[in-house]
Amino acid sequence: MSELRARFLAHASTLPAPPRTHHPMTLLLLGLGIATYIGGLWMLDVTPMRIFAHLGRLADIFMLMLPPSPGSWGHFWVYLDALGQTLAIAFLGTSVAAVIALPLGFIAAHNVVTGRVVHFLARRALDCVRSVDTLIWALIWINVVGLGPFAGALAIASTDLAALAKLMSEAIETASRGPVEGVLASGGGRLAVIRFGLLPQVLPIFASQALYFFESNTRSATIIGIVGAGGIGLYLSEMIRVLEWREAAFLILMVLITVGIIDAISRRLRAAIMGAPRG
Amino acid sequence: MPHTVAILPEPQRAALAAAYDQAVAARRRQLVLGLALGLFALGLAIRGAEVDLIMFWSKLGNFSSYFNRLLTLDAGGRVWTDPADWFWGLHRWLRLLGETVLIAYVGTLSGTMIAFAACFVASRNLVRSALLRMTVRRLLELLRTVPDIVFAMVFVVAFGLGPLPGVLALTLHSAGTLGKLFTEVVESIDLKPIEGIAATGGGWLARVRFGALPQVLSNFASYALLRLEINVRGATVIGFVGAGGIGEDLLIAIRKFYYQDVSAMLVLIVACVMLLDMASEKLRHRLLALETTQ
Repeated sequence: MSELRARFLAHASTLPAPPRTHHPMTLLLLGLGIATYIGGLWMLDVTPMRIFAHLGRLADIFMLMLPPSPGSWGHFWVYLDALGQTLAIAFLGTSVAAVIALPLGFIAAHNVVTGRVVHFLARRALDCVRSVDTLIWALIWINVVGLGPFAGALAIASTDLAALAKLMSEAIETASRGPVEGVLASGGGRLAVIRFGLLPQVLPIFASQALYFFESNTRSATIIGIVGAGGIGLYLSEMIRVLEWREAAFLILMVLITVGIIDAISRRLRAAIMGAPRG
Repeated sequence: MPHTVAILPEPQRAALAAAYDQAVAARRRQLVLGLALGLFALGLAIRGAEVDLIMFWSKLGNFSSYFNRLLTLDAGGRVWTDPADWFWGLHRWLRLLGETVLIAYVGTLSGTMIAFAACFVASRNLVRSALLRMTVRRLLELLRTVPDIVFAMVFVVAFGLGPLPGVLALTLHSAGTLGKLFTEVVESIDLKPIEGIAATGGGWLARVRFGALPQVLSNFASYALLRLEINVRGATVIGFVGAGGIGEDLLIAIRKFYYQDVSAMLVLIVACVMLLDMASEKLRHRLLALETTQ
């Protein structure tokens, strides 16, 4: 064995060294990234000492959360109602966003609307709307329609509208040219191209994306109550503020279970939609 | 060259046409059923979310007037007529925005490291022990499902106000989401390099380092960048609960109706997020190109 090893090493030393594939630019970026990370830790005062010093408190809080309990049955029904409201916010927000995003997606796709200016403006406007977080939109909508779940649904619709329209336009742009040419060849107009050439191709993708957004919106809707826009988040932030840890833990558990159920249902539906090729 | 379309004899054609009609009718029935179900759920949701369309219609004017006020200086006049007045707090806002981006960056990178360590242990093709794998998976799932801002609220109580709870919250949540994505990448790798290293007597670490890692690294980087984009957005609001960044100032400005400050900060946030998105998109396309050339 050792003889084999010696022979191998002797042979290996005669081989040329493997080429260095690291580009200097890559190394520079890597160095910059690490330097920023260390500088960031220092500037934000995130030190192991600080973390360890308070870890005991975190453990205390965790112990105080056990066992999770809603306090009383009265509270439980209130929380369940709030959870239902959360789901309603997510569903309504996603539906409104989907209905508006579908036509917007066609406008933002460059193979449907060929004007470069329109395309550019539509894309940038969507980017602008998308870069404002849902919670900020919630605060803005509260100023318009007042506190409550309606503002939350509008906030979710605002962010998702932009994100969905963007995904939609990308799906349209990558759609196959074949059906479009077929409709054109048989004398179809622009609307016929969209209806019979593009829509059947993108609708399953769109439906599956909308479901996926509903899934992630269930998560967003749980926190939107923090700023007063309805749902279970209001109670969660209130319970944490008054340090009722057992009730807070119960609320978190309720959210976890609900999100788990919605995920499972949505995954099945999405598989079914994508599985049926003609939607 | 003229083509002729073969026309089937009548009985054969009728059978096919009937089958086609049946298939279409079945699809229509399904569609109508789905639509009815969707509309029913929508009705429930409208009740649940306390939608009042008449109120909405009457208050829709508020929306445009709100934006009108956002774009008006306290001293009167449109904001863009006097940028110096509009961005009077530029110095402070830029510092806070820098802090926001830094929180997102440090949180994402820390989360990436945790996810990196966890994903190999959670992968079906690298780890035999179901117990170990499932424990890690459940843990990642928990981190992923609790929203980052909920983590932040709890951490603010434990660690005090400031960027530290924000960083920790983003770290844990990113570890959860990235851990799942990383695990999926690792589970879809080619197993031949790993078998090769196992055959030459490499241990588990050597198999991961030389067999798995080179296959997944560019994908990992691309996912981490995508997470960074999401986290920058998240970090702008994490200050709502006192966990650092520009969020706290923004919340106060919105709540106290300092309209011109709100619009100035929103402009800065949107510009910053869009710039970072573009930079990260460029990098991600580079990484994808890297992967296809390998």
